Amino acid sequence: MAFWSAILLPLLLCLLLFFGFFIKADQIAKEPGAILWLQFAGAILGIMGSLILPMLIVFIAYSVNSIEHKADTWKTLFSLPISKLSVFSAKYFYAFFLVFLCLLLFVLFTLGFGNLLSTVKPSLRFTEYHIEGVLCKVYFKLFLSSLGILSIQFLLSLLFRDFLKPMGIGFICTITGVILAGNKWKYAYWFPYSHPMLAIQSLMAGSHEKPGPGGMPVIDIEIFSKEIFVSLAIAVVVFVAGYFIVLKKSVR
Amino acid sequence: MVISTDNLTFNFGNQTVVKSLSLQVPQGSIYGFLGPNGAGKTTTIKLLMNLLKTQQGTIHIFDLELQSNRVKILSQIGSLIEQPAIYLHMSGRENLLNRALLLQVSEKRVEEMLELVHLSNAAHKKAGQYSLGMKQRLGIALALLSDPKLLILDEPTNGLDPNGIIEIRELLIRLVTKHQKTVFISSHLLAEIERMATHVGIINNGELLFQGSITELQTLSQPLIRIETDNTVDAANLLTRSNYEVTEITDDYIYVPYTGKKQIGGLNTLLNQNNYTVYSIGKQQKDLENLFLAITQTA
Repeated sequence: MAFWSAILLPLLLCLLLFFGFFIKADQIAKEPGAILWLQFAGAILGIMGSLILPMLIVFIAYSVNSIEHKADTWKTLFSLPISKLSVFSAKYFYAFFLVFLCLLLFVLFTLGFGNLLSTVKPSLRFTEYHIEGVLCKVYFKLFLSSLGILSIQFLLSLLFRDFLKPMGIGFICTITGVILAGNKWKYAYWFPYSHPMLAIQSLMAGSHEKPGPGGMPVIDIEIFSKEIFVSLAIAVVVFVAGYFIVLKKSVR
Repeated sequence: MVISTDNLTFNFGNQTVVKSLSLQVPQGSIYGFLGPNGAGKTTTIKLLMNLLKTQQGTIHIFDLELQSNRVKILSQIGSLIEQPAIYLHMSGRENLLNRALLLQVSEKRVEEMLELVHLSNAAHKKAGQYSLGMKQRLGIALALLSDPKLLILDEPTNGLDPNGIIEIRELLIRLVTKHQKTVFISSHLLAEIERMATHVGIINNGELLFQGSITELQTLSQPLIRIETDNTVDAANLLTRSNYEVTEITDDYIYVPYTGKKQIGGLNTLLNQNNYTVYSIGKQQKDLENLFLAITQTA
């Protein structure tokens, strides 16, 4: 279920966007390519940091663990001749992979549908500008910024059997994170649920006022900013702590 | 000894669930682990599987200490704990294939296991649509998949029909006699254990009340003579007057402690001489159920 949602979410969102742009193609035909791309990618990126990514992670972390809770298979997994570290990290890296896959597909579908639009509606000048590099960097930064949340949500979903606890905590923290980052609180970078939002904000801040050579906008993205380091540190610390909790924990 | 625990004690909070348990499970035995619900059977099994951390005492399996040889020991154990853990969205075969992948067992073995538990025809069906008995059989197939030396089964015949119970029993007996496996099986179905176990441990309130071979257990129980006559009450009165100890009278039978064959003949003659018709008379072993009640009640 988690696997298909990681594929369907980017597909459906990009498809929706594709039709949206397709229908109002005449109104936006005058726009230069760079603006078109920014609007196209930005429509998703705008809510990516604040909503899609944190909720996606809450969901993926939950479903990777709930499959064992539901089938009552934790006891079987931990009575197989496999070290507890392998079981724990295999689960974690599957969730990690799903988040990566989902974001990768967002990049591919955004580029794919953008190019498809320019073929179907040649009046849209998507070909004028190449956003590939920037888009990859943005999504890579988003991915890194989400790892702190992933570790926390993964551990919560592993410890709690029911959906409400990890979901509720994740939801409240996401909203808190958005409020903190939205209000530009200067210590927001310490709070992992603010990181995706901060990553998006840095994209906005990185776009230069002055256009570069050829009239194209220039967007600088510093991938390894301080919130990314905090996110990575939290991811590692919570992962290691989680492993020791699993080691000590009794399996019911 | 395949399993040997020493002074094993486990507390949930301040409640002691397992009290200084010293299990001795010899190789090649079917060890019936008996006890009423809540006696500590599943807790003991989870301790043996290292699912619960040992708090006091030690566990040795295959003469190796459990904590420090966890993976090595677990690779020789197949287990079924409580209700079978099955992925309901996958078919029976997929469940087995998935496990085969984790245990690095060949796919051929999966088909053999399906055959063994008679699930070949239902192998493609989603496990969610299986009946309780089929799930239980799939659970047993999963436990046997890696061809382990030791099988630890927690109430494996739960939810099986009489045919299924007989099949499982015969399978376990075959595994032990033909393939030199050891089976540790817990149950509260006493008659079930009596028919296959070679060794028995009886647990109640976390304490081991009895441990030994099934014959030792049977000698513990005093055999009785069961007499069926045309007039139970009067015949019983006669026996009492003639200085026989009558232990129990039911609507149909009189029970007298057994001391020897001659005693049976004597009883028969006595009853006949006093014009009672004897329909049947014979020696009877207390079954495990009565024995079990006697042991748990006196303790």
